[in-house]
Amino acid sequence: MSEDKFNYEELGLMMGLEIHQQLDSKTKLFCRCPNSLTDKKPERRIYRRLRPTQSELGEIDRAAYEESQRNLQFVYEAYNHHTCLVEADEEPPAKLNQEAVDISIILASLMNMTVVDEFHTMRKQVIDGSNTSGFQRTGILATDGYVETEFGNVTIETLGLEEDAARRIGEEEGKIVFRLDRLGIPLAEITTSPDMHHPQQVQQVAYQLGQILRSTKVKRGLGTIRQDLNISIREGARIEVKGVQDLELMPTIVENEVQRQLNLIDIAKELQKRDAKVETCIYDVTGLLENTNSKVVKGILEADNSGVLAIKLKHFAGLIGREVQPGKRLGTEFSEHGKKMGVSGLFHTDELPNYGITQEEVDSIRNDLLLEDDDAFILVAGPKDKAHNALNEVIERAKDAIIGVPEETRRAQDNGNTEYMRPLPTASRMYVETDIPTEIIDPERVARIASNLPELPAVKKERIQKEYSLSDELAEQLVQRNNAGLFEEIKAELPNMDATKIASDIVSTIRDLKRDGYDVKKLNKDVLVEIFALVDNDVIPAAKTEVIFKDACEDISPMDSVKKNNLEKLSEDTVAQGIKEIVEENKSMIEERKMGAMGPLMGKAMAKFQGKADGKIVSKILTKEIQNIIN
Amino acid sequence: MAYEGYLKEFLELSDIDVGDTVRVTKPNIEHEGMLLEKPDYTNKNTIIIKLSSGYNIGIDVKDAKIEKIKEGKKPKIELDPVDKQISDEKDNLSILSTGGTVASVIDYKTGAVHPAFTADDLLRATPELVDHANITAKAIFNILSENMTPQYWKETAEAVYDEINDGADGVIIAHGTDTMHYTASALSFMIDTPVPIVLTGAQRSSDRPSSDAFTNLMASVVSAKSDVAEVTICMHSSEDDPTCALHRGTRARKMHTSRRDTFTSINMDPLATIENNTLKINDEEVSYTKRGDVELSLNNNLADKVALVKMYPGMDAELIDIYTDKGYDGIVLEGTGLGHCSDEVIDSVSRATGEGIPVVMTSQCIFGRTNMNVYSSGRRLLNSNVIPVSDMLPETAYTKLLWAAGQSDNVDEIRKIMQTNLKGEMDTTLSQNYFIKN
Repeated sequence: MSEDKFNYEELGLMMGLEIHQQLDSKTKLFCRCPNSLTDKKPERRIYRRLRPTQSELGEIDRAAYEESQRNLQFVYEAYNHHTCLVEADEEPPAKLNQEAVDISIILASLMNMTVVDEFHTMRKQVIDGSNTSGFQRTGILATDGYVETEFGNVTIETLGLEEDAARRIGEEEGKIVFRLDRLGIPLAEITTSPDMHHPQQVQQVAYQLGQILRSTKVKRGLGTIRQDLNISIREGARIEVKGVQDLELMPTIVENEVQRQLNLIDIAKELQKRDAKVETCIYDVTGLLENTNSKVVKGILEADNSGVLAIKLKHFAGLIGREVQPGKRLGTEFSEHGKKMGVSGLFHTDELPNYGITQEEVDSIRNDLLLEDDDAFILVAGPKDKAHNALNEVIERAKDAIIGVPEETRRAQDNGNTEYMRPLPTASRMYVETDIPTEIIDPERVARIASNLPELPAVKKERIQKEYSLSDELAEQLVQRNNAGLFEEIKAELPNMDATKIASDIVSTIRDLKRDGYDVKKLNKDVLVEIFALVDNDVIPAAKTEVIFKDACEDISPMDSVKKNNLEKLSEDTVAQGIKEIVEENKSMIEERKMGAMGPLMGKAMAKFQGKADGKIVSKILTKEIQNIIN
Repeated sequence: MAYEGYLKEFLELSDIDVGDTVRVTKPNIEHEGMLLEKPDYTNKNTIIIKLSSGYNIGIDVKDAKIEKIKEGKKPKIELDPVDKQISDEKDNLSILSTGGTVASVIDYKTGAVHPAFTADDLLRATPELVDHANITAKAIFNILSENMTPQYWKETAEAVYDEINDGADGVIIAHGTDTMHYTASALSFMIDTPVPIVLTGAQRSSDRPSSDAFTNLMASVVSAKSDVAEVTICMHSSEDDPTCALHRGTRARKMHTSRRDTFTSINMDPLATIENNTLKINDEEVSYTKRGDVELSLNNNLADKVALVKMYPGMDAELIDIYTDKGYDGIVLEGTGLGHCSDEVIDSVSRATGEGIPVVMTSQCIFGRTNMNVYSSGRRLLNSNVIPVSDMLPETAYTKLLWAAGQSDNVDEIRKIMQTNLKGEMDTTLSQNYFIKN
C-alpha cells in the first residue's frame, strides 16, 4: 500500500458509493420496447418544456428550481418502432418488467440483502429534461446487505430498481436534444452506507460490486455502468461526485476532493478573519467598457441587450485566484456556477488586467464601485438577463465561500478533478407513481432465486481453469467476456474435445472475426458444436476451424465448407507415403545433418500437405523415417 | 384510505397513527419511517412507510413488531395569498373548475397530491396567468368527467351565464378530458354568448413537471381574450409543447386515450392555433361568431332521456325496443357507413318513430356525412322517418337532441332543429382537407 497523502482518519474522511448498472432484460422497465440503444437516424422529434411542481409549502425543490431558471426547452429524438408512446410521455407506463425484478433479486441475494415485501414505484422529480415526464420512476427493492473488504464489511444500504434517463445528444438553438432510446432501460442502483474511510476501500468495494453485477444479466461496455462517489471530511461537506468511470482513478479523485475541501476551509477561515462580505447589488458597468479593446468583451457587446454586469466582493482580493484543486481556482468555481445560467464565463480582479481588459479599465470599474484595496469584483459579459442570473449564482457561491464548503453535486473529470454540476438534490423530491400498481414480492420467489444463485466471476474462473485444465489467461478471458457458459455447453457435448482449442477459438479466433466485420452472431452453440465435432472426429485438422467459422458467418454449413475448401485430413497412409518421398529426395541432407534435418523437412512436409495433415502425426512419421536412415 | 381490520388493531395496539415515525422490526430486518395512508390497491397485510430517503415501501406485518418513535404532526398546508395584480388595463376572465385537476400541490412529506381548487391555488401554480388578465376562479363541482351528466351541464351553463352577466370578458372551464367534447357541445346549444367560452384540461396530470395543463391553460387565457366568441376546446395541437389548437365545441372529439393532442376537429380544421401567447385564425374563409355578435342568453331546457346507440353486426334489435318501451325522448344512432343498420334493427326503429320518438342517424365513421339515398337500407330508414343529420358528430347529435327535445315535444319541430345548423355543428359542404392527416 502506498503512502497516503493525507491522514484520512484525522480528517474524518467518509465515503459512500452509488453504482448504477443497466440490466440486460429483454425489454425496458416500464414498456416493452427493445432494451437497447440505436444509432439509426431518429425518425421523429418532439419539442417539450418542463416546469417544477410546487410542494406543500409552495416550495420548489432547490435543484429543480435552478434548472427551471435556465428556462430550457427540450427536443426528444424518437423512433417509429424502437421507442413508443411511453418514452414520449404520451401514454401511462406499462407494468413493471418482471425479468428486471428477478435480476435485481439475484443481485440482492448476492449482496446479502433483504428484499422488501412490497415494491412501490416512486416519481423522483428531475427536470433537466433527461426524463420526458419530468421525473424518474424508481423504487427500493432490497435493503440492508453487506460486502466484505480487507478493511471490514461495508454495508449496502439499498438496492433500487429504476429507469435510465434519455441520452443527451447535444444542443441546438438553446434547446437540449435528448434521444429516447436509453430512457426506460432498467437500472440497478446500489447504494453503500457512507462508512468507508480509505480510498482503497472504495476501490475494493467497487471492484467487488462489479464482480457481483457481472455474474448476472447486466449490460457490458461503455456507459452501461455509472459510479458516483460521496465524499466528505469532518469540517467539510458532502460532495456527490458523478460519473467516476475508472476504478484506478478513484483514489486520485478522493485525494483531490479532500485537497479541495481543505483549501476551501482555509479560504473560509481567511475570509472570516477579514470580515469579508458579499454585496447582493448587481451593477451595470457596460458604459465603462464601451470602448474596450478586449476582443471577448467587444464581441459580446455587439449583440442586442448585451452588457457587462459586476458585483462587489468585500475583502476577497487575492483569494479568488487561490488554487483549490490542481489547476483550478476559487474563481473557477465561481465561473462554473455562473456558466450554468448560460454565460460563457467571468472575469475577476485577481486575474485582471488580462484578456484585453486594461489596468485603466480595471481602475475605472474599481472607482465606480467604490472598491477598497482588498475588495474584489467579478464581471460577467453577455445578454443582460443571463448575466444577471449568472451573477446571482456567483453571489450565492461567494457567500458560501465565507462559510466553508457548500454541499453540491460535481462531475468527475478525466484528470481526477471535479467540476460543479448542480446543488445536491434535497430529499423532498419523491412522490408515489400512481400509474403503476405496487408489486408484492412473494418470499417464495425470493427463496427460489436465492437457492440458485450464479457463480461470482472469480469463483467461476477458478473452477473452469481447474476443471478443464485451461491456462489462467484463457479462463480469465472466458469469464470476462461472458463466454464461460458457451464454452461449458460445447464442452459438455464434446467431452473428448481439446478444451484449450475450444476456449482459444472462442476468446481469440472468433473475436478477431467479429472485429473484421464477420457476422459472428451466426456462430451459435449448435454451429460451434458441429464445427468442433469435425476436429474431435479427426475429419479436419484443428488449425482449419477458422475457415469454417468464416463460412458459417456467411451461412455456409460446416460440411459444405469442408468440401468447398478441401479441408479433409489426409489419411495416415497418404501422409506416410508423402513423407517417404520427401525423405528420399533429401537423403544427403539427412546424412549430413542427422536429426538436425528434422526442422527443415517438417516445414517441407507441412507445405506439401497444405495443412491437411495433423502436425503431430507428420512429426511422428518423419522422426521414424529419419532415424531409419541415420541408424 | 384508512387501515382496517387486523392492521387497524395492530397499529392501535401501539397507539400509532398515520404520520407517526415508526420502527418496524422483523426477524431479519428493521425499517424506520413515517406511516402513510394505505393506498386502496396494496396487499391487505402490508403497512406503508416512507423512508427518510423519500422512498415508500410496503411491509408485511406478519412476525413484525412496531413501535412509535415520534408522534407525527398533521402537515398543515398554509399558503400565502396570491397577488392577483388586478388592473383596469387587463381583461376580466373567469376560470370555472369542474373537478379535473388543472393544478396540484404535492405534499412531498407524505407524497400525497392535493388537487388545487381555489383561485389562489390555481394562480400559485400558474402565476404567469395574472400577467395577462384579471383572473377570478371558482370550483363549481368536484367530479371526474366520466361522472358528468346533463344535469351538471345545465348547472355549468348557469354558472357560465352568471360570469358573463357579471362582466367576464371570457370564461375558461377546466374540465376532465374524457367527456369534455360532450360538455362543450351541450354548452354550445344552451348559451348564446358574446364572449369566448373555452374548455381546457390536461392529458398529463398537473402534478407532473411535464403536464400539458400549464400550456393549455395559458393558451386558453389567450383564447378567452380573443374575438372567437364561441364555445371552444383549447388543447395541445401535437405532441410538441408550445402549440395549442382551438376547436369548435360542436366539432371536437377525443380521439386518443392518452396523447396530449387527443382532441381533433372533425369535418373541419381547428378554428385557430395559439403559439407564444398569440392566437392565429387558421382559415379566414371559415366563419365564426365574433365577440359581441350576439346577445347573451341562456336556454338550458334539456330532455330527460336520450340514448346514443352504436350499430354493429349481430346487434340485437331489442336494444332499440328497450328505449322505446322505457319512453325515451329520443335516440341517436351511430349507423354504419353512410348511415345504415341491419334490416332487423330497421323494424325496431320504425316502431320507435311510429310511437313518436325522434330517431337521429349519424355515422360511426366519424368523418364524412350521412347519405341515406345510396343504399336500400338507407332508403328504408328514411321511409321509417329517421332524421339524418349530415356531417354532425354522434356525440354532438346526442347533446343537440337532448336540447332539441327540451325545446319541443313535436317530432317535426325537433327534426327541423336537428337539421338546422345552429352552432357550426354541421355544414353543407365538406372540404377535401378535412380528414386524418399524419
